[in-house]
Amino acid sequence: MSEMTFAKALNAGLRQAMERDSKVVLMGEDIGRLGGVFRITDGLQKDFGAHRVIDTPLAESGIMGTAIGMAYRGYRPVVEIQFDGFVYPAFDQIVSQVAKLHFRTLGRVKVPLTIRIPFGGGIGSPEHHSESPEAYFVHTSGLRVVAVSNPQDAYSMIQQAIACDDPVVFFEPKRRYHDKGEVDEAVGLDGLGGLDLSRARVLTEGTDVTLVAYGPLVKTCLDAATAASDEGISVEAIDLRSLSPIDYATLEASVRKTGRLVVAHEASQTAGLGAEIAASITERCFYFLEHAPVRVTGFDVPYPHSKLEFDHLPDLDRILDGVDRAMGRPNSLSGIEEGE
Amino acid sequence: MSTYQMTAGHGGSPIQLLSPDGVRHPHERYDRFLADIDGRVDGVDATALLASVFEDMVVARRIDAEGTALQRQGQLGLWPPFVGQEAAQIGSAHAIGQEDFIFPSYREIGVAYARGAELSDLVRQWRGNAHSGWDPFALNMAPSQVVIGAQTLHAVGYAMGVLFDGAETAVVTYFGDGATSQGDVNESMVFAASFQAPVVFFCQNNQWAISEPVGVQAHVPIAHRAPGFGIPSVRIDGNDVLACLAATREALERARSGNGPSFIEAVTYRMGPHTTADDPTRYRDANELEDWKEKDPIARFDAYLTSIGVLDDGLRARVAEKADSVAAALREATIHMPDPEPDSLFEHVYSGPQPVLDRQREHFERYRAGLETGIGAGSNPSAEGGH
Repeated sequence: MSEMTFAKALNAGLRQAMERDSKVVLMGEDIGRLGGVFRITDGLQKDFGAHRVIDTPLAESGIMGTAIGMAYRGYRPVVEIQFDGFVYPAFDQIVSQVAKLHFRTLGRVKVPLTIRIPFGGGIGSPEHHSESPEAYFVHTSGLRVVAVSNPQDAYSMIQQAIACDDPVVFFEPKRRYHDKGEVDEAVGLDGLGGLDLSRARVLTEGTDVTLVAYGPLVKTCLDAATAASDEGISVEAIDLRSLSPIDYATLEASVRKTGRLVVAHEASQTAGLGAEIAASITERCFYFLEHAPVRVTGFDVPYPHSKLEFDHLPDLDRILDGVDRAMGRPNSLSGIEEGE
Repeated sequence: MSTYQMTAGHGGSPIQLLSPDGVRHPHERYDRFLADIDGRVDGVDATALLASVFEDMVVARRIDAEGTALQRQGQLGLWPPFVGQEAAQIGSAHAIGQEDFIFPSYREIGVAYARGAELSDLVRQWRGNAHSGWDPFALNMAPSQVVIGAQTLHAVGYAMGVLFDGAETAVVTYFGDGATSQGDVNESMVFAASFQAPVVFFCQNNQWAISEPVGVQAHVPIAHRAPGFGIPSVRIDGNDVLACLAATREALERARSGNGPSFIEAVTYRMGPHTTADDPTRYRDANELEDWKEKDPIARFDAYLTSIGVLDDGLRARVAEKADSVAAALREATIHMPDPEPDSLFEHVYSGPQPVLDRQREHFERYRAGLETGIGAGSNPSAEGGH
C-alpha cells in the first residue's frame, strides 16, 4: 500500500498496462514530453518511447480514427481527450466506428480502445473544460462507459479498461486529480475486492435510502451520508463505477432493502443517468419503493461560467435536500410536489 | 521534401498511357512500372496479365449490372453502381499486394471482387443480411465504409501501426471527390504526412457526389490539395487502366521504401446513379454521359488489347461467358442467402456478456415464444421481474 494522488495512480496504472502488453500505445495531444496537461502520462514517453506514447496532431477525430486503424493492426490504443468539451470533434468516429465495428463485422474486428476523458467541473475553467458528456456515450450501444472516483479504482480500472476487448470510455473526475488515497499496487486486473469493470461498489451500508453517484460526486455523497447519519438517517452510498452497463443487481438489492433511491450527478437532468436509473429501478423494484426516485443533478443549462458553477453543481446540501425528499422530510420542494 | 514531384499531371490533361482510341503512349515516368505487363520482363506472361485485367474489368461491370437488376427485382435493398469506374478499381487493385491492407468506401465492389471476395459477400450488406460482407482479415480489406471519408483515418492508423512494426506492408484507402471535403480526409492527410505513414490515398473523382458536381467541392483539381499537406500527388486518367495500375504501383513503392504517403486522383466518371435510389436525370445533362461513353474504360482497353493481338473474338467470348457465369452465381447466392435469425440481433454488440443487453434478449425471446403459443409475454407481469 502506498499513498498517491489520483493522477499518480492513473499514471502507475498506465505504466502497468504498458509493461504488461507491448501493444498498448498511448495517443493524444501533449501527452509525450509534457506528460499531458494534467500530467497523467508524465514520464511515460521517456520510458517507453515516442512510438508508444504518441504526441498526435491537434485533431480529435483524427486521433480517434487513427486509433481505430491501429486497433485493426493489433494495437490496443489508449486515447487521451484533453478535456471533456473537446471530445465532440471525435464523436462521429466514436459513435459510428468505435462503437459499431464489432457488430458491423460480426465480431471479426475488435476495437479494444480506451478513451480517457477528464470530466466534470469545479476547477474554475473557461467554457468547454467542465462538461459531463457521459450520457451521450451511455446511450451508444457497443461502448462500455466507466467513471472512477478514487485513486485505487483509477489504478486498477484503467488497467481493466485497457485489457477489455470492448471499447471503453473512461471518465476521470478532474477536480479529484490531486486527491490522495491509499493504493494497493498489487491489485491488478482483478480489481480491489475482485470487482471487475462492470460492477458497482457499496461504500456505506445503510437501511433508509440508497444514494447513487459516480466520479466526482462520490466523495460528496459520502460526506452527505455522514451528515445524514448525524440526523439519524441511514444512507447506503453506492459508487456506480460502471455507467454502461449499469450494475442493476447491486442497485436492486440495495433499493429492495431501503425502499428509497437518490441519484446524483453533475450532468444535466434530462435524459441523464439519473433518468435511466430511476426508470429501470422503478420497473424492477416498483413494489419495494416507498417514494419516487429522486434526482439531484446539474441543471438543464449549458455548463455555466465559473462564478456560477457551484450554484449549478450538486453539493452536499443539495444532495441532503434530495435525501430529505426521498425520506418525505421537509425539503426545498415541500408543499409544491404533487402528493406531498 | 524536395525530392519528389509534387504535382504531376496537374497542368493540363490527366496523365494518360492509353488514349480513348486504345493507343498506348510511352511515358517516361510510368513505363518503368509496367515492364511486366508490357512484356519487357523475361519469364512473365504479359498476355496472361493483360487478359486477367481485362477479364476482371468485364466481370466487374457484369457484377454491377447484376446488382442493379437484383435491386430492381427486390432482392437487394440498395446497390451503389460503379459502372464506368472499372479501370480505376481494377487497375489499382491489380497493383496491391495480398499482404497490403485496403480501406475502401462502399463503392469499391470491383476492388473487392478482384481481391477475391466471395460473391455472396459482395451483396450481403445490400440485401440487409449484415452491415458488412467479407472477413476483413481474410481479404486484408476493411468492410465497406458508409460514412463518407471515415475510412481514410483508419487507413492512416493502420499504416502508422505498420510503421511502428517495422513492416513493409502498404495501405491503400479509396474515397471519392465528395469525401475530400470531409474533415476526416483532411485530418488523415495531416496524420499521414506527420508520421510519414505508408499509405496511398486513391481518390476516384467520378465528377459527382450524388447531385453535386465536383466544382462544389473544389475549384482546383482535387490532386492539388495533397501537396499542401506535404503529400506528393498525381492526377491520372482514371479510365485508363494502365495509368491506374502504374500510378498505384509507384505510390506503393514509395510507401514500402519508407518515403511516406501519396495521393492519386483518378479522373473518371460515375456512369450510373449514385445508388439505385438516385435519379441522375434530375441534375445532370444526358449529353455528359454520352461524352464519357466515348472514354469508356473497357472499350479503350479492348481496343488496345485487340491492336496488340492479345484480344480476339475467342477470348472476348470466353470472358463474356465468365462474366455471365459469375453473374448467375451472384444471383443464386443472393436469392438463396438465408435470412439472419431474429436472435442474432443481440450478437457481437459486445465481445462478451452484457447484463442489460442479455436481459433485453431474454425478454425478446419470451415475447417471441409467447407469439407462438398465443400468450403474450407482456401479459405476464412476472416477466418484468417487478415482483
